[in-house]
Amino acid sequence: MVRSHVLVCGGTGCTSSNSLKIIEALEKEINKQGLTDEVQVVQTGCFGLCALGPVMIVYPEGCFYSMVKVEDIPEIVSEHLLKGRIVTRLLYDETVDKDEIKSLNETDFYKKQVRVALRNCGVIDPESIEEYIAYDGYMALAKCLTEYTPEQVIKIVTDSGLRGRGGGGFPTGRKWALTAPNKAPQKYVVCNADEGDPGAFMDRSVLEGDPHAIVESMAIAGYAIGATKGFVYVRAEYPIAVKRLQIAIDKARDHGLLGKNILGSGFDFDMEIRLGAGAFVCGEETALMTSIEGNRGEPRPRPPYPAVKGLFGMPTVENNVETLANIPQIILRGAEWFSSMGTEKSKGTKVFALGGKIKHTGLVEIPMGTTLREIVEEIGGGIPGGKKFKAAQTGGPSGGCIPAELIDTEIDYDNLIKIGCMMGSGGLIVMDEDTCMVDIAKFFLEFTVDESCGKCTPCRVGTKRLLEKLEKITSGNGTMHDIDELEELCYFIKENSLCGLGQTAPNPVLSTLRFFRDEYIAHVKDKKCPAGVCKSLLSYVIIADKCKGCTACARVCPVGAISGSVKQPHIIDDSKCIKCGACMEKCKFGAIVKQ
Amino acid sequence: MQKKISKIPFKGTAEQEQKLKGVIDKYCDDQSRLMMVMQEAQDIYGYLPFEVQQMIADGMNVPLEKVYGIATFYSQFSLSPKGDYDISVCMGTACYVKGAGEIFERISQKLGIGADECTEDGKFSITSCRCIGACGLAPVMTVNEDVYGRLTPDDVDDILAKYANKA
Repeated sequence: MVRSHVLVCGGTGCTSSNSLKIIEALEKEINKQGLTDEVQVVQTGCFGLCALGPVMIVYPEGCFYSMVKVEDIPEIVSEHLLKGRIVTRLLYDETVDKDEIKSLNETDFYKKQVRVALRNCGVIDPESIEEYIAYDGYMALAKCLTEYTPEQVIKIVTDSGLRGRGGGGFPTGRKWALTAPNKAPQKYVVCNADEGDPGAFMDRSVLEGDPHAIVESMAIAGYAIGATKGFVYVRAEYPIAVKRLQIAIDKARDHGLLGKNILGSGFDFDMEIRLGAGAFVCGEETALMTSIEGNRGEPRPRPPYPAVKGLFGMPTVENNVETLANIPQIILRGAEWFSSMGTEKSKGTKVFALGGKIKHTGLVEIPMGTTLREIVEEIGGGIPGGKKFKAAQTGGPSGGCIPAELIDTEIDYDNLIKIGCMMGSGGLIVMDEDTCMVDIAKFFLEFTVDESCGKCTPCRVGTKRLLEKLEKITSGNGTMHDIDELEELCYFIKENSLCGLGQTAPNPVLSTLRFFRDEYIAHVKDKKCPAGVCKSLLSYVIIADKCKGCTACARVCPVGAISGSVKQPHIIDDSKCIKCGACMEKCKFGAIVKQ
Repeated sequence: MQKKISKIPFKGTAEQEQKLKGVIDKYCDDQSRLMMVMQEAQDIYGYLPFEVQQMIADGMNVPLEKVYGIATFYSQFSLSPKGDYDISVCMGTACYVKGAGEIFERISQKLGIGADECTEDGKFSITSCRCIGACGLAPVMTVNEDVYGRLTPDDVDDILAKYANKA
């Protein structure tokens, strides 16, 4: 009889911080102490608190151990698992309240979260179909096949108000309804798992932590629109996700949940994985289909829309991973349950990948309409180092930023669009006063210039010209005229590009121009970077009063730009200085400042 | 970005070719699996030289330019082999003014290869990279995961010798 379960995170974040070694050590130690029959170790998907990895939970107590090291394992096994004495020093400090141990769900990071898409991540063993079934897995598919007609399934999804979680926010039910009536010899369901926004990793977490949810919902989508074949297009950079999804597909097939005549209903559906090869543009709907067909992943003009002529020229529904992960719950718990969460036009929950200057980096799932303030200050634990919140960037290279004065914005699709932002796939990068907004715009443009596929001129040439303008401004050579031209070019690219990549590529520039125009002007007129980031515009200076003349800075300077004799204040020669900052890091007296 | 095309003569073995043939036979009736074949070919050979692209084009019954077009579109595909030890010299400003150029030059001379190339024995390849943030240690280079700092051109000989003697 197993009396204790140890759930260890096997997501990519924790795996990189060595959770596989932890599992190995746990199993060895449990075996050594003769507990093999009493304690079971389970490798799960992502818990969400990646910053604290590697993490594990011991049930039934629900103790959350964070930043566990291999050396800690013997202690955890002999104290906690054998003798029942919790190793308090290794617990996540927010779960320890004086001598009481709180459940993880009561901590700031988790208490406002509502897990729908991520509900099984960190709870079940993703490689076991039995565990998924034990958590109501494949019930939704069975319900659809036995109780509902395809039209009824589409109606439930439509009524739920679910919108595409991959970026655009198109209503999922309507997408299905547009595809279902089209007659064709073959229709397809495609799952877009080509998650490419820098900083977003929710789709990876779902595939790694709950792959059967995707298999199940693709079959449901197939039933609804009359497709018998599905493709999942996954980035090759996600090896763990690919492996677990393949296991899930194989097991579902073995159990008769994929293939011919599923559950005796007469409905056939099968699916396979196609790997991407590192092209951001393939996350665009039509480019992804072109890539599955075995071509260079270039987008196609629309219309015809995929609902009419998609993959291999056949009617196709393409949904993103997170969107699909919501479907089984909507079927089981009803459209009303789902639409009771969220705002008027954005229903349900959204997963965000918190990153940047924030204490709790990781994955959170919250109801639509949660304010940015709640996300940053409560769930995210605020900004480290007592710095001030400046802005949050959402939507990656296609999105924009929400400035501090709009921190009480309720996050949903429409509110973000209203302020020139975008939900995108849900990357949320927090920036503090040390972040230069012009530099951020430049960073995203570098990305789109690299990733533009080259098919249409506005995007291929236009983004390059945008980047050149930004480089001119950040190097201190810009004029006010450049700012005007920059803005004009942005609108031109938006209006004339072929696909979503080009149409949204200027957003980071437009958004920063809208809220932080003064920073652009400071770069141009005062030749200053207010945040002290743009190297050409800042100089390192030694404050003579504070300098003790220890010579540490002069010794560390890679270019010999610092001079001065021992115990005398030193001086930096600005013409030689390359602004690497090594001296400032080395100075023990805080005598070197950026200006 | 333009991809570097290797000038090293192709040295595929019969065994590798056998493997590739197996992959092609498995997928050749479905041209949409072309990328899959190329991914597996890269696993077999480590990169996609023209000879391999030609074999794929013939086997899958598609024009060579289509294979080449895909190989150059996706960043995952490489047209030039990587060595067992991939050397990366930092060309950030700090390293550059401290003589990273000379370091690169010395390695290049020693190994007889240029940027993004690989030695004939498959042991070493070199690239230059953007600032890795170790300016205090300038000039810096990495060999796979190992970092070497405060280099002089003479250090290069010892470092290369260390890896050359490894199995």
